Amino acid sequence: MTTTVSEKIFVKGNEAVAMAALEAGCSCYFGYPITPQSDIPEYLSRELPKRGGVFIQAESEIGAINMVLGASAAGARAMTSSSGPGISLKQEGISYMAGSELPGVIVDVMRQGPGLGGIDASQADYWQATKGGGHGGYRIIVLAPNSVQEMYDLTMRAFDLSDFYRIPAMVLADSVIGQMKESIVANPRLAAMLPAKDWAVRGRAEGTPQNVVKSLKLGDGEMEKHHWMMHARYQELADKECRWEEIDTADAKLIVTAFGSTSRIARTAVAMARAEGMKVGLMRPITLFPFPKQAYATLSERCKLFLDIELSTGQMVDDVRLAVARDAEVAFYGRPPGTGSLPTPEEIYEQIKKQCRA
Amino acid sequence: MRYDVFFAGYGGQGVLLAGNLLSYAAIHEGKNVSFFPSYGVEKRGGAAMCTIVFADGDTGSPVVGNPSVSVLLDQLSFDKYAAKVKQGGICIINSSLVHTEGVALPGIETVQIPMNQIAIDIGNIRMVNMVACGAYMEKSGALKSESLEAALKKSLPERNHKLIPANIRAIEAGAQAARVKNS
Repeated sequence: MTTTVSEKIFVKGNEAVAMAALEAGCSCYFGYPITPQSDIPEYLSRELPKRGGVFIQAESEIGAINMVLGASAAGARAMTSSSGPGISLKQEGISYMAGSELPGVIVDVMRQGPGLGGIDASQADYWQATKGGGHGGYRIIVLAPNSVQEMYDLTMRAFDLSDFYRIPAMVLADSVIGQMKESIVANPRLAAMLPAKDWAVRGRAEGTPQNVVKSLKLGDGEMEKHHWMMHARYQELADKECRWEEIDTADAKLIVTAFGSTSRIARTAVAMARAEGMKVGLMRPITLFPFPKQAYATLSERCKLFLDIELSTGQMVDDVRLAVARDAEVAFYGRPPGTGSLPTPEEIYEQIKKQCRA
Repeated sequence: MRYDVFFAGYGGQGVLLAGNLLSYAAIHEGKNVSFFPSYGVEKRGGAAMCTIVFADGDTGSPVVGNPSVSVLLDQLSFDKYAAKVKQGGICIINSSLVHTEGVALPGIETVQIPMNQIAIDIGNIRMVNMVACGAYMEKSGALKSESLEAALKKSLPERNHKLIPANIRAIEAGAQAARVKNS
């Protein structure tokens, strides 16, 4: 999986996000500081203006997301980043962006909640991210990196997916992935075939037709049509854009499943179990929306026992249970987020042993 | 081969710089590295710790429950983390600040090094983290001294590059102290 390349740099997950945004041609960042993601605005406040971009520390998270909406409506690649409390504040703006079919990247470096919670790692915002955090019945693209390399790669990918489908895209990380440093290769951006933003509101200097970007749809049948169109687009996402990683699943009698930082911990636990001769594999969704349902369904045709691991009391496990075959069992092991609650590989290994014995 | 080491102390002892230094040294040797820091909201005085995993292949979990090697720089860290070192592992202790009397650590090799004293003797108490890195290098055999030297350039800000020779002396002094413990 990991290749050794000479040009490795050693950076924080949050810095990798900021570097990737620059490489992706993001020209506007709007945000408001909050731990554990403030390295992103710090980096971009320094580097983005040097490249002719716009960096604004907004008056609030609500201000920031609405600036993203405005910049995106004008055709710019725009982003914001925050964590739990700030992401909650942004939900209104994200709903307006979804309703207006506007692209834009939102980075959520999860911390504990509810409320102000705490600054340590959490995965308890899975529901908020994947089920449409604001009102009105919409979905956004959600990518879940599990390494600093993926913080870089998936941030770039988020911009392209968001532009292509005209759906806001979220990079859903947590304070482990955001704060840790790893050796990565900062790959240059690959040119993507993206449709022209001929819907953007850029003024009518050349006698072009009037563009309107809005989420208010009062016309007879207008809103229903919008919903069916978006529904079809979500289906297209599910058909074409699901990403996941499988390790040692071919002969597995038990498949451990986890996303983000927890999948890294689970991966070592799976390796420990394999070393003891247990037939255990790992299934890691990389896209949380679209959720790789079909991949789970296929796996559950030959493996009837899953163990879902999360840093919460169980959220993704709902999606796993819906995706697997009816005769497959999905066990769950989680820790509610909190200081000192990060599970260790040894701890997950014990859970694997328990399942293998059962 | 996959190596892991856990460093802990109080804020201001340079635990995170030590972790960065070992990370850059491992990168210098062509390894993949995960450096996972954890610290309190305080600028100074709170607990500070980090886990470094380096490997030729995948680094796997950045979180390690039972480290192969732990380097514990103060009493609080020792009390909390010494017993978590894995069986057959090594616990390197800053004996200038840590009292270990009455604590049994069966199955764990303990190495007591008066890191503060060594740092003071070579002229700067702030080098205590470098002494610790030297001791780790010697006991683990995981990294070469020239890699740590090369890593100093990467992990220290430019304005402190004039201090590199002093840091190298501190690393050597830590290694020397660990070597004496070995024999």
